[in-house]
Amino acid sequence: MLICGKAEVMAEGQARPGIEDERQSAMRIFSLAPAEALRSAAQNVNKPAYERLRGPETGLVMLRGRTGGGGEAFNVGEATVTRCSVRLASGEVGHAYILGRDGERAECAAWLDGLWQNPATRATVEDRVLAPLAAAIAAEERTVAAKSARTKVEFFTMVRGED
Amino acid sequence: MYVAVKGGEKAIAEAHRLLAEDRRGDPDVAEIGTDQIASQLTLAVDRAMAEGSLYDRGLAALAIKQARGDLIEAIFLLRAYRTTLPRFGYSAPLETQDMLLRRRVSAVFKDLPGGQILGPTFDYTHRLLDFDLESPGEMPDAESFDADVVHGTVPRITDLINNEDGMIEPDVRSDPEVEPDDLTREPLAFPADRSLRLQALARGDEGFLLALGYSTQRGYARTHPFAGEIRFGMVEVEFFVEELGFAVTLGRVSVTECQMVTQFRGTPTQPAQFTRGYGLVFGQSERKSMSMALVDRALRRAEFDEDLVASAQDEEFVLSHCDNIQATGFIEHLKLPHYVDFQAELELLRKIRRGQDERNAAQEAAE
Amino acid sequence: MGAMSTAIQRGFDDPVHDSQRAFRAIMAALAEPGLEMALDVPAFVPEPLHPAAATILLTLCDYDTPVHLEGVLAARQGVRDFLGFNTGAPLAAGPAEAAFAVAGYNGGLPDPTQFSQGTAEYPDRSTTLILALGDARPGQAVGLRGPGIADMRTTSLPGIDHAYWRVLANNRAAYPLGIDVIFTMGRRIVGLPRSTRIAIQGG
Repeated sequence: MLICGKAEVMAEGQARPGIEDERQSAMRIFSLAPAEALRSAAQNVNKPAYERLRGPETGLVMLRGRTGGGGEAFNVGEATVTRCSVRLASGEVGHAYILGRDGERAECAAWLDGLWQNPATRATVEDRVLAPLAAAIAAEERTVAAKSARTKVEFFTMVRGED
Repeated sequence: MYVAVKGGEKAIAEAHRLLAEDRRGDPDVAEIGTDQIASQLTLAVDRAMAEGSLYDRGLAALAIKQARGDLIEAIFLLRAYRTTLPRFGYSAPLETQDMLLRRRVSAVFKDLPGGQILGPTFDYTHRLLDFDLESPGEMPDAESFDADVVHGTVPRITDLINNEDGMIEPDVRSDPEVEPDDLTREPLAFPADRSLRLQALARGDEGFLLALGYSTQRGYARTHPFAGEIRFGMVEVEFFVEELGFAVTLGRVSVTECQMVTQFRGTPTQPAQFTRGYGLVFGQSERKSMSMALVDRALRRAEFDEDLVASAQDEEFVLSHCDNIQATGFIEHLKLPHYVDFQAELELLRKIRRGQDERNAAQEAAE
Repeated sequence: MGAMSTAIQRGFDDPVHDSQRAFRAIMAALAEPGLEMALDVPAFVPEPLHPAAATILLTLCDYDTPVHLEGVLAARQGVRDFLGFNTGAPLAAGPAEAAFAVAGYNGGLPDPTQFSQGTAEYPDRSTTLILALGDARPGQAVGLRGPGIADMRTTSLPGIDHAYWRVLANNRAAYPLGIDVIFTMGRRIVGLPRSTRIAIQGG
């Protein structure tokens, strides 16, 4: 089993065709989007005909941290993950792995991944699904960051004692 | 030893019915929804997830409802549930410097790059009961905020200080990386390495770790800790998928990370510097992550040639007793019928008593 | 470790119930050694795997069970993908590291001692061998005794002669260590747990 940190993924990425990086980014958006947002954005494209290859099924992924934040890996605890794999009638195999137990959400992300792989439908998925979802995710991140920033504090050190 | 006892099925069914009735409480009061628990009792949910060692807010909320708010019972339910699910694999280690921060404070470095962010904290509250909460209130005022704030990488303070003059022990990674042991797969064995200890502490009982951490501050183990940094927020989880050949993002989890630094005077082979203890816990669990970091540091005594003088430094003691499900199982099993055991001991005591009586009688007769 | 081809195929149609049914049948086969059972099999089975072997792998294997595939099987991308995609089971570093081993496709019968025999503390950590039997040659009969058999059960399996029965009988030498065997013949199986004693006439 490989321990695969972000750095490693990126190093691998350099040797990979860029298309995999793009697909990885698209799948990231499908996973980060709130379930409702994904469902509603998915209605902007035609749902393709597909067969389920695996799942949707729920299992566990053991989440890892690093000692001290940057040292040796250790196991922190598990999380529920739901995955789904589908084969579109046009031949593409779409996959999804998403935290939680929402099978419908994973299935939706899987067929969207399939549609994204098809050059004929990629642009539609990018424009009508990925773009609005990415914007919503970025807006949510900005909200969290901005709300936190309002609690940013400047501490002043008082001199203790007489001298 | 305890024996299985037959019968009582009807009584057990009735007891469970009564439990359900008590769980529901006053029928004139609206039933609590798991969505309410998940969104309003978030810190209870966080604790159940951390010690249940299962990140799933919905399941934790359900467990808390089913357990009538008894968090250890809820944790038990989560631990039991996880055994019904297949393992897909291990995530890539969480990159906490990329955390979408909700809170980040340091007690050692006031001007830290990235700033001190108080976030949603009980600190600086007056701990006065707020009777306004007794009646349904209005939503807190919508705030205006600065749309220019952008989320980016915020280095951990231990990395920042370390970059300056090496006064803080650096993180070390072996090359190639080793697979950490997993105590959900292999039984705990001693000596345990630091990775295994951290796994046990991450799912350990908050109260137990709190007391142990406190004991180290009070002199039971020589530490003088500082809270180097505490951060809480959301981190992305990445998982390598075999059939794809690359890692995918599964989503985000909220975690609390604590970096404690402790003075260390050095040994002939090690420089004087600050050594570190580390805590990483699911959810917003500041007290737990701080306690974990203190106990982690205490358990590293052998690395720093420190004498074993206190419970918090004894890995067998700490790791064997920090799991509240194991602890509650063993303590609560005493409720189960021990009739045969007890009878045997009763017989033994009677025999001893007879012997004592006979000896006393013989002694009296001799006198 | 490259990405799988798009030829990945589905395992069970109804994973939960199909695997529960199969589990029950596999358990029955190991509980009654020497008795033949038939398994329901998936719609797609990668060549040259026996359908029963595919069912056993789908039912018993997961992320935590390293699987050893005999040379000709390991060389088949279709078999590796089927196993990896549907069960998540990793390929074992070698037969001695395997929780399950699939053999009998090389034209010979394997030496049971090459597999994990378990340890004194954890005898259950031994390999379960899923051994494919060809249907060409009739085998030589033996008597089986032990748990799950009232008195003695006379059994013969295609292609297994007294010499190989003797090899299998040796599996009991270090009991409770040793491997468990499930023979596959198409969609039929026969169980031979390590607890079974093998009596060979004239042997």
